[in-house]
Amino acid sequence: MTYIDYYKVLGINKNATENEIKKAYRKMARKYHPDLNPNDKEAERKFKEVNEANEVLSNPENRKKYDKYGKDWKHAEEFEKAQQERQYQRGGGQRTTGRFSEDDFSDFFSSMFGGGYQRTRRNEVKFRGQDYNAELQLELEDVYRTHKRTLTVNGKNIRLTIPAGVKNGQVIKIKGYGGEGISGGPKGDLHIKFSILNHSRFKRDKDNLYTTVKLDLYKALLGGEVVINTFDSKVKLNVKPETKNLTKVKLKGKGFPVYKEEGQFGDLYITYQIEIPTKLTNKEKELFKELAKLR
Amino acid sequence: MELKGLIPIIHLCEHYSVETSFFDELHDEGLIRITTLEQTSYLHQDRISDVEKMIRIHQELNINTEGIDAVFNLLQKIDSLQSELNKLHDRLRLYENDF
Repeated sequence: MTYIDYYKVLGINKNATENEIKKAYRKMARKYHPDLNPNDKEAERKFKEVNEANEVLSNPENRKKYDKYGKDWKHAEEFEKAQQERQYQRGGGQRTTGRFSEDDFSDFFSSMFGGGYQRTRRNEVKFRGQDYNAELQLELEDVYRTHKRTLTVNGKNIRLTIPAGVKNGQVIKIKGYGGEGISGGPKGDLHIKFSILNHSRFKRDKDNLYTTVKLDLYKALLGGEVVINTFDSKVKLNVKPETKNLTKVKLKGKGFPVYKEEGQFGDLYITYQIEIPTKLTNKEKELFKELAKLR
Repeated sequence: MELKGLIPIIHLCEHYSVETSFFDELHDEGLIRITTLEQTSYLHQDRISDVEKMIRIHQELNINTEGIDAVFNLLQKIDSLQSELNKLHDRLRLYENDF
């Protein structure tokens, strides 16, 4: 347990007036407030320290005690004990029980002012815990179906349902899974940002999927059937005769699932890419020449 | 008009102990969009999380609406820089795995 110089924490001198303390506290709170320092553990620690310093120095009684025993906090403990004994002897015997989390205060503070220290209403300042931001990387295939996943955030396991159709960059909020509240304030929230990696053959735009299918010259000219891979199955398609290169075909409802709209899907757009045959044999060359003569 | 997802501002004022003028100031500053239907002002529920943050910044840090606007702009910048940093880390990891 180490001595904490509360004056130093607030950046003021020992003769600071109440107004100067208030001003310094506000300045420091603005610097280290959890809302302004997302994901910054060090800022959170400092914010608690600043609050603790304000608790002590903004209360004239506590400040007096701190000034008197501060550096010799061990004596303060003895002093407290003696005080309590005197109280019991007088028949009081009651010790106030704190409604605030003792974890919010340093050991030094607890030893000086007691673990069950209860603040006066004037100094009662509760702060909501810090919001945590996390990024979850998933493959496109992972978000094709709704599934559950367990995440570990700050040592806590969170079972999360990831709905099908989640988009890249989308953020979901999980209430109460952020940092602990300060001075009994509510917990912060956890914001999870999805980063969807796409290593598939499909390009995704909102709920629609886009892909390119290679078509041989003869099928493009004469027509026929092709089997296309959709995202989760295969589909047989009829190719019209004389299909041009880069022709687009829309397969309705064969795209990506629509977020939180069960059973609804976007469309799949297919672009035909016609492949010209290479390494022609002499016979093929002759036949193509024959064909050319006919045009 | 559709009322789906809209919360009356008056309810929010009661819940968060703030004056209606605070919401008007946020609206004037372009931080929120207030929808008025039959003389009742509403806020869309999607903005609640941000509004809660604005109220905390205002009440706990004594920051006015112009300051909140500046804070939100900077937080957005931090967020986009953080995303950029994460992407670069991922790319770097790919190169590191090669060697």
